[in-house]
Amino acid sequence: MHGVIRIQVELDGEIVRKGEIEIGYLHRAFEKHCETGTYTQCFPYTDRLNYVSPLISNFAFAAGVEKLMGLTIPERCSYIRVIMSEISRITDHLTCIGASAMELGAFSVFLYMIKAREWLYELIESVTGARLTISYGRIGGVKADLPDDFDQKCRTVLEKTREVIEEVHELLSGNRIFYDRMRGVGTISAEEAIGYGITGPFLRSTGVDYDVRKAFPYLVYDRLDFDIPCGEHGDNYSRYLVRMEEMEQSIRIIEQALDQIPEGPTNVDPEGKIIAPDLMADLGKFGKTAGLLQNEVLIQPTLQGSEKRYKEGISTDSKEAALPPKEQVYSNIEALMNHFKIIMLGHGICPPQGEVYCPVEGANGELGFYIVSDGTDQPWRVRSHPPCFPIMAALEKILVGGQMADIVATFGSVNMIAGELDR
Amino acid sequence: MPLSTTLARINDRFEEEIVELHQQLEQDTVIVSKSALVKLARFLKEDSELEYNYLMDLTAVDYFKRKPRFEVVYHFLSLKNRFRVRVKVPVGEPEPEVDSLVSLWPSANWYEREVYDMFGIKFQGHPNLKRILMYPEFEGHPLKKDYPIKRRQPRVGPKD
Amino acid sequence: MEVDHQGSFQAGFFTSKVDKMVGWARKYSIFQYPFVTACCGMEYMSTACAHHDIDRFGAGLPRFSPRQADVLFVVGTISQKLAPVLSNIYEQMCAPKWVVAFGVCTCTGGFYDNYATVMGIDRIIPVDIYIPGCPPRPETVLQGLMLLQEKIQNQKQEV
Repeated sequence: MHGVIRIQVELDGEIVRKGEIEIGYLHRAFEKHCETGTYTQCFPYTDRLNYVSPLISNFAFAAGVEKLMGLTIPERCSYIRVIMSEISRITDHLTCIGASAMELGAFSVFLYMIKAREWLYELIESVTGARLTISYGRIGGVKADLPDDFDQKCRTVLEKTREVIEEVHELLSGNRIFYDRMRGVGTISAEEAIGYGITGPFLRSTGVDYDVRKAFPYLVYDRLDFDIPCGEHGDNYSRYLVRMEEMEQSIRIIEQALDQIPEGPTNVDPEGKIIAPDLMADLGKFGKTAGLLQNEVLIQPTLQGSEKRYKEGISTDSKEAALPPKEQVYSNIEALMNHFKIIMLGHGICPPQGEVYCPVEGANGELGFYIVSDGTDQPWRVRSHPPCFPIMAALEKILVGGQMADIVATFGSVNMIAGELDR
Repeated sequence: MPLSTTLARINDRFEEEIVELHQQLEQDTVIVSKSALVKLARFLKEDSELEYNYLMDLTAVDYFKRKPRFEVVYHFLSLKNRFRVRVKVPVGEPEPEVDSLVSLWPSANWYEREVYDMFGIKFQGHPNLKRILMYPEFEGHPLKKDYPIKRRQPRVGPKD
Repeated sequence: MEVDHQGSFQAGFFTSKVDKMVGWARKYSIFQYPFVTACCGMEYMSTACAHHDIDRFGAGLPRFSPRQADVLFVVGTISQKLAPVLSNIYEQMCAPKWVVAFGVCTCTGGFYDNYATVMGIDRIIPVDIYIPGCPPRPETVLQGLMLLQEKIQNQKQEV
């Protein structure tokens, strides 16, 4: 369930003497597709890179383009991005541990983990509208604000997730069979890991505490208090423990962010009425604009997030990147022209000529987008640095010397996501 | 504006071989010629003040109409000092070729295979330079700007 | 020469009842081969697990060998590199066998219209049920499964 891979090994009885890994079975030309559309059209492709934690890839790409353009995003938007990224990180680790436990025979663990993941998917769906491939990030902000009851729902779900993690600890951490199959298997030393360019939980299990959130803080991670779990031995069991502890730390981050997040969308004043968009557009065209902007426009549910009260606090002020709220677009000509300039091909979001490499902490390690812009609205080159690529390169050496049954255990703890590996 | 530590040290040591160095958006970039690449990489890795122990990323960009056409881009990270630097090597056609960094960083192995697969740039000294993402019968290098995105070369089934 | 209509009527009635019974047995004991490649695999996992249980339809036990499976769920984008493998797996399965194209990448290629993907697996193998969606919600998958069961029930069974 990780993806498609081909591992050819030369065996001597049960011991692996030489390994060769063939990848590329899910190559979907992400980088080529990004060159054919505009910047905003890249977001659906970035969702499908690491499809277990798609929000992190979305926001990493948005951060790269925002850096290139010099945009600053509002504080509330940063907090929203942090909360959604950490929820995504939890879903990634749940899937990884669940699937790797299932491959070793612990099927109930998989069911419990997916049960917890379903609650998180429902939470993500209430915010973004979709469970998995969400396209939630936008250049300069996010698509829409959090719903009103998000705080309460999120805290309930996180409590229940904590209980599930406790349950799984009881089932696996002291389990003799699990321990014997994972301890001392798939060991890698810190120097080798650094030589191969490995980051993320794989590296932290060897004892090196490099995490992009602490080393090069971005968004609001410097205001939040969390620890970086580190292992000691660099084997599968350490990686399992590191991932379990990271989930706990992510829950801690989300709870702090929910406490610290600044105020949300304000309600329309009592005099303002809700008005249909065609009526608003007509009144605007005839010049009857007195008090028109006090109204809130009633639009289709699929466009939710485009009204004024949802746009405040989640989109940058810059006119070059963010779509203006629908009330403005329907009622005055400047906003209509702004909207036109951003959407039409040939105009659109045009970062200045240049290049940027913007790393964030993905669920598997350092996820960075290297974006080269030539000044037009289509990117010249978008390269995603996949965190699991160097890990798979190192896997060829890690498997040597172990037994054939260890391939399953080690491969499960690598958390290879084929969408990210092959792009 | 004063150069960062990395750029200053590189400038002191390699003044003749550097084509350009700049700092844009707080990111250090060094453009260096093909012949000086391995020396520069070794200096970055072994210098006691810099200690760039990570080869984070290795990729290439096709600047279609420009000469030289390609640029191979390396991203390095120093864990101890928290520095990052980008090294770019312009490579021209025909026969684009660069020295391989596999002897210094084992991570370069698969990255260079991917650049060869996607762009056709060969790496001298690479132990196993063959395609990694595409299948062996594929002809051409897909990420070059003159390869149309929809040109399929199916192995099984109808040709488009 | 008199044709024994009565006899042939009874024979036809009997075989159609056997067909229905065999169809009923086959539709409630589906052994799937989940050929999972990409993002749709996450929704496949969700469908198979506790919330949207696929086991209550009798399709809960995946067999990871094509010789032992009867329904091939192709889940996720199929690239040109993988196409011969898929065709090989399909040929290794024994009749009766059915194929479900799960996700829009397998139905028609999705938005990955490029040099590396197969635009729909029906270019390579015959497909019985198409479940569109990117990725399809688990409820959609269950509806697709129910349609498959209807198809299995109503088709002429070869025993």
